[in-house]
Amino acid sequence: MREVAAQFERPVLLFSGGKDSILLAHLARKAFYPASIPFPLLHVDTGHNFAETIAFRDQFVRELGARLIVRYVQDSIDQGRVVEETGPYASRNGLQTVTLLDALKEFKFEAALGGARRDEEKARAKERVFSHRDAFGQWDPKNQRPELWNLYNGQKKHNESFRVFPISNWTELDVWLYAQQERIELPTLYFSHQRPIINRDGVLLAASEVVYPVGNERIEQRIVRFRTIGDMTCTGAVESPAASLQDIINEVAAARITERGARSDDKRSEAAMEDRKKQGYF
Amino acid sequence: MTIELLRFTTAGSVDDGKSTLIGRMLYDTKSLFEDQIAQVEQTSHERGDEYVDLALFTDGLRAEREQKITIDVAYRYFATPRRKFIIADTPGHIQYTRNMVTGASTAELAIVLIDARKGVQTQSKRHGFIATLLRIPHIVVAVNKMDLVNYDQAVYERIVDEYTNFIAKLNAQNVTYIPVSALIGDNVVDQSVRMPWYKGPALLHHLEHVNVGAGQNYVDFRYPVQYVLRPHQNFRGYAGQIASGRIRPGEEVVVFPSGLESRIKDIVTFDGKLDEANAGDAVTLTLTDEIDISRGDMLVRKGNLPQKSNEIDATVCWMSEDPLEVSKTYQLQHTTRHVRAIVNKLNYRIDVNTMHREAAPTLALNEIGRVQLTTTQPLFYDSYALNRMTGSFILIDPATNNTVAAGMIRGETRDVDDLLDVPSAEQARRSQRLQQVVWEAGALALAEREQLNGHKGAVLWLTGLSGSGKSTIAKLLERKLFERRVHTMFLDGDNLRHGLNADLGFSPEDRAENIRRVSEVAAIGFSHANVVLCSFISPYIRDRAYARSVVPQGRFFEIYTKCDLEVAKRRDPKGLYAKALRGEIKQFTGVTAPYEEPQIPEIVVETDIDSPDRIVEKLLKLLEEAGIIPAAL
Repeated sequence: MREVAAQFERPVLLFSGGKDSILLAHLARKAFYPASIPFPLLHVDTGHNFAETIAFRDQFVRELGARLIVRYVQDSIDQGRVVEETGPYASRNGLQTVTLLDALKEFKFEAALGGARRDEEKARAKERVFSHRDAFGQWDPKNQRPELWNLYNGQKKHNESFRVFPISNWTELDVWLYAQQERIELPTLYFSHQRPIINRDGVLLAASEVVYPVGNERIEQRIVRFRTIGDMTCTGAVESPAASLQDIINEVAAARITERGARSDDKRSEAAMEDRKKQGYF
Repeated sequence: MTIELLRFTTAGSVDDGKSTLIGRMLYDTKSLFEDQIAQVEQTSHERGDEYVDLALFTDGLRAEREQKITIDVAYRYFATPRRKFIIADTPGHIQYTRNMVTGASTAELAIVLIDARKGVQTQSKRHGFIATLLRIPHIVVAVNKMDLVNYDQAVYERIVDEYTNFIAKLNAQNVTYIPVSALIGDNVVDQSVRMPWYKGPALLHHLEHVNVGAGQNYVDFRYPVQYVLRPHQNFRGYAGQIASGRIRPGEEVVVFPSGLESRIKDIVTFDGKLDEANAGDAVTLTLTDEIDISRGDMLVRKGNLPQKSNEIDATVCWMSEDPLEVSKTYQLQHTTRHVRAIVNKLNYRIDVNTMHREAAPTLALNEIGRVQLTTTQPLFYDSYALNRMTGSFILIDPATNNTVAAGMIRGETRDVDDLLDVPSAEQARRSQRLQQVVWEAGALALAEREQLNGHKGAVLWLTGLSGSGKSTIAKLLERKLFERRVHTMFLDGDNLRHGLNADLGFSPEDRAENIRRVSEVAAIGFSHANVVLCSFISPYIRDRAYARSVVPQGRFFEIYTKCDLEVAKRRDPKGLYAKALRGEIKQFTGVTAPYEEPQIPEIVVETDIDSPDRIVEKLLKLLEEAGIIPAAL
């Protein structure tokens, strides 16, 4: 992260409110201590976020003393930049990309720090730590710069940008263990709680205004927690009694399903992630 | 989280079963998840495979999955109760040497796969060679597909003998041989019952017990400054990662390149001050004295200094489609330092298959060779053999910004007799010159002069077509600077060609020499804390890159005076375009010779749109914002 602050004039940290980005912001705080984080945080709000996420975000950023920028997918829809999917399966997850790219352009951000990890998904395994994007924000997996030793090449042309993934080499378990070690506070969604759930093709979605039952589906009360936090329309919960970090660590260590396995959008096609990344998704 | 971490790389040819081996390790250590297994089972089934293809767990991208070969470095993670592992999975076929070098650069162990049926192949040797070249401390030779040779001990022994003979020539460190079958799972995670003649450990057992940290240098304290933290007047901290060695508060340190000495005051972290910091730790150091230190400087312990030179002897692996160009200026990134470098000479290319040295005019993608480099500012380094962190560098092509080479420093430039060809006349002259000429250090430091002047030194380089208004703007700007008591110096193309450069014409070579001389003069003016205004057509990117290279970063301002060619022709203040168009002047920029537009100038001014006064205002503002001159009252 220091390397990013040193090599780029206008970096930004992408903050989703999820555990990876919370951890990233925590690391940034440590990296620049006793100075404050020398770049702002950017949150792309789909408008379908859990209320807990937003409340936590505001509280967290206040404690951090960092600058937060929020951009809304709703605005992109209103501006006609994107067309919203309709129907019960509609998700705004894909639309975020446009809002994100617009925001990066608006502030002329040259480097966006993200909390993606290589263990999440196969297409991510080949991602660089310093990942070059062309003037359209697109990733070219066949033409990546080799990354040697700890020498990160952040040279770029005007209009081009970088995505930087400082915790590339962490696994899900590492993240939980680190949160425990550093006593990092996380949103309550990650811990076991009771909530109304819709079971859709095996994915447990939180029932809400934007996720409602169709066909034979019905709302049931379940004891769940979330392993990732994203858009309500596509973030699945797992049934779990894990109410503390230690419970979660024990559970993850024994887990047999990847965290993305609970995301319905990745299931749409096996190469879904790769396609979205080429378009500029994180 | 004190569990040990081992990073290793795997290399094998297309069908040696490398992906299967990794898939097997992940599968048998229960590092795969049910949904991943289900996905792969489904794919295998769709493709009509008879068995679950373990390789599918690791072959990431769709394109390569379709071609059934890995094409890039992919990283995999798994853990056992004893250790965590990061695998850099690199492809083994010939065109991808660069990926192997990439994966190997951070690895502590390399697994070289050999197909038992095929025996030692050229590629197996190449993998061993690269692993040794990058000084990976441990090499494991996994003789795979033992199931297909009936677990025959003789086959295995023959391969071990052949490879041992080969690797003995390479000065490899620790080499271990293990017979395995990735497909069946023999000796991968569990000890095989089918090869009772093999008494050694299974692969995973070896990975769990091999000594980690063998590639680290724990002795020589090297601390490249990454970022300067100045939250308020009373705190000045130098953030960085300790490249090697360790440090404690109170120890005496020397700062490179200034040579100033101080002591470590504190090792500052978010979690409190530390009594000691070691190689690999990311910390912030404060010193007892106020010294001007910036990114790219290096702190070392007094009495244990790195080498310092701008003439470097190195082995490079070429990683770009565009071949190495001798004499071209590249960007060189070494620790946190960015300098410009010219490859003076390619001594030889190494044939990675035969290890023979051969004469070559250039290095193409995936080729490895030995070069002599000159850098604009000295590097503080150790040889790669002693220190992987301070002995490695990358070269970046300034035109594309791509990383084009990985370099390993051998030492200072020298004409050694094991270099293939006899030194050329130029080389002899050059080395003689280097021996005779001692750099005379100025009596006064730049910082002192700048303090006296009340502004910083800088080089303003105006480039553009003839008639684009370079000199007009330079003169007006100089007047304004003069009025603000800024010390200036003005170098103009036409004027210098009457004297210093009277012997030069307008061929590309002469133009290059013209700019070289001007750049050196500008550098002298700069070192005396002047703002040096240079007004030169300087049509070639390469020449301007040279000019940029002679002064520190942040002090060179490339000002592109952009003007429509037709407007310049109409202006034609000296009647030159008219002559050129009549054919009376040969090689006239814009007419019969090219002008290469600046790719990333500090500023572009459009003289056919803006007035000179407004342009000069913009330039003054640029200099103020860059901290070169104080803001006007």
